[in-house]
Amino acid sequence: MPGSSAAPPTAPPASRADRVRALATDRLTLRGPLLPILHAVMDEFGWIAEEDLPIIADVLNLSRADVHGVVTFYHDFRRTPPPAHRVQICRGEACQAVGAQGLYEAATDRFADDTTIEVAEVFCLGNCALGPSGTIDGHLLGRLTLDRIDAAAAGWSR
Amino acid sequence: MRPVVWVPADAAAVAAGADEVAAAFAAAGATVRRNGSRGMLWLEPLVEIETPAGRIGYAACTPEEVAAVLEGSRESIGLVEAHPWLTYQDRVTFARVGRIEPADLTAYQLHGGLLGLRRALTLDPAAVVAEVTASGLRGRGGAGFPTGVKWETVRTAAGEVKFVCANADEGDSGTFADRMLIEGDPLSLIEGMTIAAYAVGAHEGFVYVRSEYPHAIAALRRAIAVATDAGILGASVLGSGFAFTLEVRVGAGAYICGEETSMLDSLEGKRGEVRAKPPIPALQGLFGAPTIVNNVLSLATVPMILADGGAAYAARGIGRSRGTQVFQLAGNIARGGVVEVPFGVPLRTLVEDWGGGTRSGRPVKALQVGGPLGAYVPATQLDLVAGYEELAAAGAMLGHGGIVVFDDTMDAAAMARFAMEFCAKESCGKCTPCRIGSTRGVEVIDRIRVGPPESRAAEVELLQDLCLTMERGSLCAMGGLTPLPVRSALTHFPEDFGGSR
Ligand SMILES: Cc1cc2nc3c(=O)[nH]c(=O)nc-3n(C[C@H](O)[C@H](O)[C@H](O)COP(=O)(O)O)c2cc1C
Ligand code: SF4
Ligand code: FES
Repeated sequence: MPGSSAAPPTAPPASRADRVRALATDRLTLRGPLLPILHAVMDEFGWIAEEDLPIIADVLNLSRADVHGVVTFYHDFRRTPPPAHRVQICRGEACQAVGAQGLYEAATDRFADDTTIEVAEVFCLGNCALGPSGTIDGHLLGRLTLDRIDAAAAGWSR
Repeated sequence: MRPVVWVPADAAAVAAGADEVAAAFAAAGATVRRNGSRGMLWLEPLVEIETPAGRIGYAACTPEEVAAVLEGSRESIGLVEAHPWLTYQDRVTFARVGRIEPADLTAYQLHGGLLGLRRALTLDPAAVVAEVTASGLRGRGGAGFPTGVKWETVRTAAGEVKFVCANADEGDSGTFADRMLIEGDPLSLIEGMTIAAYAVGAHEGFVYVRSEYPHAIAALRRAIAVATDAGILGASVLGSGFAFTLEVRVGAGAYICGEETSMLDSLEGKRGEVRAKPPIPALQGLFGAPTIVNNVLSLATVPMILADGGAAYAARGIGRSRGTQVFQLAGNIARGGVVEVPFGVPLRTLVEDWGGGTRSGRPVKALQVGGPLGAYVPATQLDLVAGYEELAAAGAMLGHGGIVVFDDTMDAAAMARFAMEFCAKESCGKCTPCRIGSTRGVEVIDRIRVGPPESRAAEVELLQDLCLTMERGSLCAMGGLTPLPVRSALTHFPEDFGGSR
């Protein structure tokens, strides 16, 4: 191809649409590729945008409604950009047995007015002997307290 | 000589600070090995130093204590393998967990790994299935279906293409044994799946791991790469000419995807909706092909059964519950973790002797056994013995072996409400009794809890009706078993619902 050897040293960043198409195309040989594709988009962008759906549908030869139906079924596939910081608190029974419900309510209240911090419930993180469990920016923690969440939040620029 | 220090890489240990401790030991010049957890989770991070006599344990170690541990001035718990919490167990499925590094193939084989697969490959596939049937192994995912019977159905099913799927969705709260097995000894799951594949003539396998388990996903991917490099997986398993490959698939935060047909739809890239049965997955499973779906623990137990023979496994246990069960002690418990013992152990022994009672020091009020769809067992029934039929006879359920302990501050009505709320949130939506009934259930329990006393009896009756409708009219156990925790809470703790005993 003429000119291909003269590509600029720093290629322009690919558009989101191009990247989504590439992520989908790369996984076409998998059996049942849709969930791996959606995870790949989540890993790269942190959320799944409305405009990603027709691209994925096109690559997989599915209808946009099919893809939409799958995206909306699963809690993990968020449809809005992620907040700067995310706190998950487990509301599973084992964590409730050691006060998780109160912790969840207190943390939700604490950051209710802060759009940069999202407090979300989760049902079991597999750390049920050392609850209440949660995650702060993706890091698993046990014996979680509001003080520990506050201490982490104190370090966040807001 | 550089000291050799073992620091668990298990997620529960990491959550307690194990990575920082490991980094501090490395900085101090030690050789650091990352094992799985011994399952004594209240002691994490439990660091072990190699000595000529064995590995000496240091409980709840912090980075600041690294120098003291290396000098020998920090208090120890002695030889870890002599700890009574471990010596009184009978570890079969968990034999290697905590003792080796998870992707160390040499250590795996030194501790009995690959013996089962090597033997299986010398047998006829039907004989492999027969060995599993003889062991009496029943599915550890909750339903307790005989594993050998399932395998025989897949083995004799017509089909060029067949699959083996490991269910590592482990959505039940209070359970973490699948996670710990995968993080601590993933090669045993790989070996078990390979034996299953050989037994039924499948050449592709999937492990469906929930997304909440990033450490397990990473450990498993690494172990698959090691097994593939070593020729345990691939075009010719251990040079036998039998081909089997394995792929990890990650869930996306839906509890219902632990139900096997929902999991299959999810693997196919669909919404995780439950399929009507028949057809059963053994005949028409993944992409319509005959498919084994087994829990992680069921599959990881198979290598031992093939190595030592089905009879050795069946020699343990009581009644129709053969072998060992990996119990998980969780919730308000002083010493939480993993206890693997033969079926037949009284709940009291698990909760009091191993668990040390509640963490709060208050009296036990109830246990929830078998996950969010399991019954609340009052403290007065602690002498029940743990077996499938034994618990069922008492209106309870063993499930995946999770035991969640509650002290006397538990509000049983709040927990019953939560069971309905959880069902409403996690229902796949396919059938009305589950989807709508659970939301109605939340409302009714709210009215029982805060409504006028004179309408209480009528509301309780409504709740009972609702439970019956859900139980009878639901396609799967999500809607069908949610009444179990609700009713047991109501039966054993009516006072929490504003009634009298
Ligand atoms: C709502 C629901 C959730 C389930 N979750 C799991 C799970 O997380 N892990 C699991 O192994 N089995 C789970 N099961 C049971 C599976 O449907 C299936 O029985 C099991 O994976 C079969 O393997 P086994 O025979 O080795 O137990 C669930 C069932 C239901 C109804
Ligand atoms: S009982 Fe609930 S989860 Fe199960 S199929 Fe029906 S709606 Fe789906
Ligand atoms: S119930 Fe909270 S981590 Fe399992």
